[in-house]
Amino acid sequence: MTVTPMHFVIFAAVLFAIGAAGVLLRRSGISILLGIELMLNAANLALVAFGRMHGTLDAQVFVFFVMAVAAAEVAVGLALLVAIFRKLHSIDVDRLNVLRW
Amino acid sequence: MAAAVFLVVVVVGIVSAVVAMSHRSPVVNVLSLVVTLFCVAASYALLGAEFLAAAQILIYAGAILVLFLFVVMLLNAPEEQRPKEPRPFQRAVGLLLALLAGVGGVAVLIGIEVVAPAARVSGDARAIGRLLVGPYIFAFEFISVVLLAALVGALVLVKRKH
Repeated sequence: MTVTPMHFVIFAAVLFAIGAAGVLLRRSGISILLGIELMLNAANLALVAFGRMHGTLDAQVFVFFVMAVAAAEVAVGLALLVAIFRKLHSIDVDRLNVLRW
Repeated sequence: MAAAVFLVVVVVGIVSAVVAMSHRSPVVNVLSLVVTLFCVAASYALLGAEFLAAAQILIYAGAILVLFLFVVMLLNAPEEQRPKEPRPFQRAVGLLLALLAGVGGVAVLIGIEVVAPAARVSGDARAIGRLLVGPYIFAFEFISVVLLAALVGALVLVKRKH
């Protein structure tokens, strides 16, 4: 068996599906953020694999930028979670229904 | 050789990703995701992106997931309750959507023509750095503004009001 970049794309698709299922099924805010991280990583892996198919380095630069934006996203997301926890004493997203009614 | 490494990376990565998304203890979730991210880093290395493999370990495993661990410890979050039973129509709609997504995904993957992989380009730090300060200089500078905005935003969000 020879490993082609297509195998990595399929691996990325499986990781993305697992992350999406985590985001949809979990109720703890931290687990939802972890699922988002997993999906971001799967997208990055697919980008690098596609870049490898085309023999260019631009995809790797994009992935570098995505990593930086992901770091910013995590900092803000976790700060939001801490603020929510201070107010509600829980990070269960089902209890975040103040704006719903 | 590469095939064996790839198989190990895929199996370990998928198993740890499933544990990361399904275990009820938040600490186990975070630590299991570290294993998955190492597997993604190994995939980058297999694809010839050495710089990204190092950056992945430094940024994700070294910084982002440590931040997660800090917050998990700080909040002392209790283990999650079991999810509520879905209603019958939710089951039906979910099953239909999953089938559609699965059939669509398989159709796309079958339709993609696998071209012979292009010549290996070295993704070492020198080549990436030349691109970063060359064609992508504006985005590279702008990302620092984004990071500064996130830093200030996070500080404002967690600041206690007196």
